[in-house]
Amino acid sequence: MHLITLDTLYYLLGIIVAFVAIRVAVDKTHPTRVGSAIFWGIFAITFLFGKQIPPLYVGYLVLIMVIVASIGKVTKSKEEEPDPVEREGHAVRLKNKIFIPAILIPLLTIVGTLTLGKIKFGSVQLVNPENVTLIALGLATIIAFVAAQRITRAKAVVPINEGSRLLQAVGWAVILPQMLAALGGIFSKAGVGDVVSGIVGDLLPTNYAFVAVAAYCIGMLLFTMIMGNAFAAFAVITGGIGLPLIVQLHGGNPAIMAALGMFAGYCGTLMTPMAANFNIVPTMLLNLKDKNAVIKAQVPIAIPVFIINMLLMYFLVYHF
Amino acid sequence: MIKLIGILVVALGFAFRFNTLLVVTVAGITTGLVAGYSFNEIITLFGQFFIDNRYMSLPIILTLPVIGILERYGLKERAESLIKKAKNATTGRVLLTYLFIREGSAAIGLNIGGHAQTVRPLVAPMAEGAAAARYGELPEKTKNDIKAHSAAAENTGWFFGEDIFIATGAILLMKGFFDSVGIHVGVWDMALWGIPTAITALIVSWFRFNRLDKRIAREAGGSGNSSSLPKKNDKEEGVL
Repeated sequence: MHLITLDTLYYLLGIIVAFVAIRVAVDKTHPTRVGSAIFWGIFAITFLFGKQIPPLYVGYLVLIMVIVASIGKVTKSKEEEPDPVEREGHAVRLKNKIFIPAILIPLLTIVGTLTLGKIKFGSVQLVNPENVTLIALGLATIIAFVAAQRITRAKAVVPINEGSRLLQAVGWAVILPQMLAALGGIFSKAGVGDVVSGIVGDLLPTNYAFVAVAAYCIGMLLFTMIMGNAFAAFAVITGGIGLPLIVQLHGGNPAIMAALGMFAGYCGTLMTPMAANFNIVPTMLLNLKDKNAVIKAQVPIAIPVFIINMLLMYFLVYHF
Repeated sequence: MIKLIGILVVALGFAFRFNTLLVVTVAGITTGLVAGYSFNEIITLFGQFFIDNRYMSLPIILTLPVIGILERYGLKERAESLIKKAKNATTGRVLLTYLFIREGSAAIGLNIGGHAQTVRPLVAPMAEGAAAARYGELPEKTKNDIKAHSAAAENTGWFFGEDIFIATGAILLMKGFFDSVGIHVGVWDMALWGIPTAITALIVSWFRFNRLDKRIAREAGGSGNSSSLPKKNDKEEGVL
């Protein structure tokens, strides 16, 4: 038994997103009022009732969101940007106090991560230790929210307006991470990974110890770029290439192989639009017109790290 | 081979710039169909995975209202003006410091950052402010370059720090995999062997951020418009 679960937070998310949907629905000047209201309304439903609705119907609801978004009917409202002069004025008045809520979020997340998992009332745990970081983040955000309201003495409507404006600016891309996770899940159910590791194994002379390492690292890199997720690639590529070739054929150390193999995958994550929450959503948040701007900044980091990581694996995995 | 059709759909879809959501959905449906699933089974999978992965949207949706209030009351402006007082601050140093904190805290199991939580409200404005303090008004291209690198600092720090801590998802996933195939592997072994690569990532980033500083000096410093323009850069800043 857990008192606070992820579901508790999902209700809160559902309410926030529902506010966005309602604001859009009553906004007569909204350029895509109906489509946007449908999109945010369905999104709110997936948080509020996601557990109760059968997955098939959720799937069709998601399909509606995709269709509405892809015909261009989900856009942001014409809401006014807060006046820069006004913001500058507040900044002068509030000085560094404005940082308190912003710092509270990471700070309380740390405190919560370290403590919440240990709190028990008899047999009832406060939170599930598995999700403790997310729940700590959720609670930290709520406290930061209260602090922000007190410090700025903003009207209650301000967080609703601003939250709605910022969420609408992210737009339909907000569901992209979840959709890509779904695609990754379907890829692995369909056995895409086995095909990829089969091709790599067939094409390369993996009887050389270095080639085995290179095949494993490149396999992790490419498959992570396809899936957008190194975790999904790990089981497939390690089972298909790493284990049979590096560990069983050449006698490599499985711990070293796994640790550095995961890093090879992360280099892939840095270079793929499929990892939307890391690479695409930030471009929306930072108002970058080029949706690949973050990836372009990361490729020159990822490639050298990948090569050094691969050489490290070759030198370490067969010697320890 | 036919199962790779989804990858082809994604590649073509991205190349022709169709709506990303549509591309992803079509890729999933075609892959499912060639693997022998019925249409309804595929839609069920989409629904199930969508619900299972709701946690991915949690940080962004939950923090945006708070960040929204703070930005309205001048958080970004304050972050910029604070960094302008630090004489030695450069964009590269701000980003390297953030990356170091992010990677180091992740390595001891703490997840304290995020694009919505820290990059947008704090890191990117500070990185921009550091450059603006030196060169005045920055060209649009330079601003975008700085923002993109701020996001890169977040990702790089988090990815390569996280694997060093034994209780993170990545290490537990690896452990679970080896358990399932009957190989005993210690979690500490996997965590500690990650350290050389984690340091490599830090050094490579340091090098890249240095280059960024030089680029900023060239693009913003060379044009000779420093402080000649009135401070009017906030217009598009907050539009998001």
